[in-house]
Amino acid sequence: MNESIVIEHLSHRFDERYALRDINYEVRQGEVFALLGPNGAGKTTTIRLLNGLYKPTEGRIHVFGKDPLREGSAIRKETGVLTETTALYERLTARENLLFFGRLYGLPESLLLKRTDEILQFFALNGRADDRVSAYSKGMKQRLALARAFLNHPRILYLDEPTASLDPESTLQVHELIELLSREDGRTVFLCTHHLVEAEKLADRVAILNNGNLLALGTIEELGRRFCPGMWVDIMLLNPIEDKLTPENLRGVLAFEHEGNTLRFQVQEESVIPMLVSELVARKAEITRVNPQKVSLEDIYFKLQNEVRESAS
Amino acid sequence: MNWRTIITIARKDIKEATQNRSVWLPLLIVPLIFVVLMPLGMILGISTVRGSEANPLNDPDFVMFIERMPEFLSETIRGMDQTQSGIVLLIGYLFAPFFLIMPLMFSTVIAAESFAGERERKTIEALLYTPATDTELFLGKLLAAFTPAVLITWGGFIAYTIVVNATAYPVMNRIWFPLPSWYPLILWVSPAISLLGVAVTVLISAKVQTFMGAYQSSGSLVLLVLALLAGQATGILYLSVLTGILIGLVLLIIDGVLMMYAIRTFNRSALLATID
Repeated sequence: MNESIVIEHLSHRFDERYALRDINYEVRQGEVFALLGPNGAGKTTTIRLLNGLYKPTEGRIHVFGKDPLREGSAIRKETGVLTETTALYERLTARENLLFFGRLYGLPESLLLKRTDEILQFFALNGRADDRVSAYSKGMKQRLALARAFLNHPRILYLDEPTASLDPESTLQVHELIELLSREDGRTVFLCTHHLVEAEKLADRVAILNNGNLLALGTIEELGRRFCPGMWVDIMLLNPIEDKLTPENLRGVLAFEHEGNTLRFQVQEESVIPMLVSELVARKAEITRVNPQKVSLEDIYFKLQNEVRESAS
Repeated sequence: MNWRTIITIARKDIKEATQNRSVWLPLLIVPLIFVVLMPLGMILGISTVRGSEANPLNDPDFVMFIERMPEFLSETIRGMDQTQSGIVLLIGYLFAPFFLIMPLMFSTVIAAESFAGERERKTIEALLYTPATDTELFLGKLLAAFTPAVLITWGGFIAYTIVVNATAYPVMNRIWFPLPSWYPLILWVSPAISLLGVAVTVLISAKVQTFMGAYQSSGSLVLLVLALLAGQATGILYLSVLTGILIGLVLLIIDGVLMMYAIRTFNRSALLATID
């Protein structure tokens, strides 16, 4: 798989404050890559650096093999950005907004007119295409901003907090659109978010930032194995078990908790579960349900952020 | 340099400006007052009191002003009666600086909307992510402020020519306007002063957060023109063809220097720093 983005020893400083510090990673063509972190972690700064809007303090960036600082215009021709605020011209109509940006992307006039119609239809805005944007709801504005980012059929689509301040219905719509767009033509989607559920749902790989430092990078499974080893399994019983259970007298069990008829085991890996169930049955346990809990992105994220907080204090 | 990009930005900015009442209202009202109402009122006023004792042209100050005027102006009014020379001096001479206030006002109000207004509404970020270069963005916005300012001034000049000649015809008995000194004023000085308005507004826009802030600060430039007006009225300065050409030249040099600074402030990093 080719790399769309290569970042090497990237640091960026505003006066004395580091927004990014010695960052290294690659983003592959065709993947959905999520950059996670609290506000001020350096997510928006990364998008701006990748598009040549800022000059890096140190390090190198390559987007499609080009340097954003020297060839920013050529790079931006092949990228689309959904900014954190919709940044739409509210006194213009949706169609006028798209035509304006399409011309700046250098789309030929006949293609632009055709594509504007198609895209308005695709984003379900064709019924209100000639209304001023100021009359749009938040969800409609977000869809229009996404339509604008997609207008030039970008090879990399940057989405900065795409569902911030949207209601659940609009959030679902935007998620469906992102999934649809990411499946087309091997397009890379670079998603900046602090919504962990959103990243877990959409991303192939995630990078976690804190205060300009890269804390972790990989698929959620990889990060789970590395930072939250083992998995939890809940086992529900009909009646309480009489035997005293401890992690030491159960093979492959790392930790144990119980509350009433529910037993919670942290096991080394999934293969321990059948052995654990046999063991409990041998101890006369009447099992009604076995519920393995996968490590969530939320578990990984908060473990890493808490570690940073603790080491700082 | 991609001219399609530059023209696209200029057209969009002009369209947005025309939909902002704070912008289009002065563009409508100011020419209406300077080009139609004031000359109309003055010519009719002077014509009505023709020959009467109360004629303000008999005022000793005005008489002294006429006595002190330079050769080229005395030439212009030679052989005219008092009312005719009064009309020529007021309408064809003292009114001239208003045609510098207009392009200055128009260019500052549109530039404030185009540069500071776009930042105030945070729409500039999406614009910075397009392939347009910093220079193309700057030139697009410059064109958006400069072109309408000059075109409205020229349109106003044509309207003024018609109004003045039509209203004063019963007194003058001929088409007498424009006087030669107006050609450098309209074709040379007014574009130069429009550029000055844009350059100063761009520099001020980099420091203030809002459209109104930029407009009000750069509006103080009008004081320059008022000084010119006062200079003319008191007889210290006479706007001849040569003076017009020289003023235009000095303005263009100042424009060039200010534009160089303005272009430097207009880069993506600096613009982003002001919206965060």
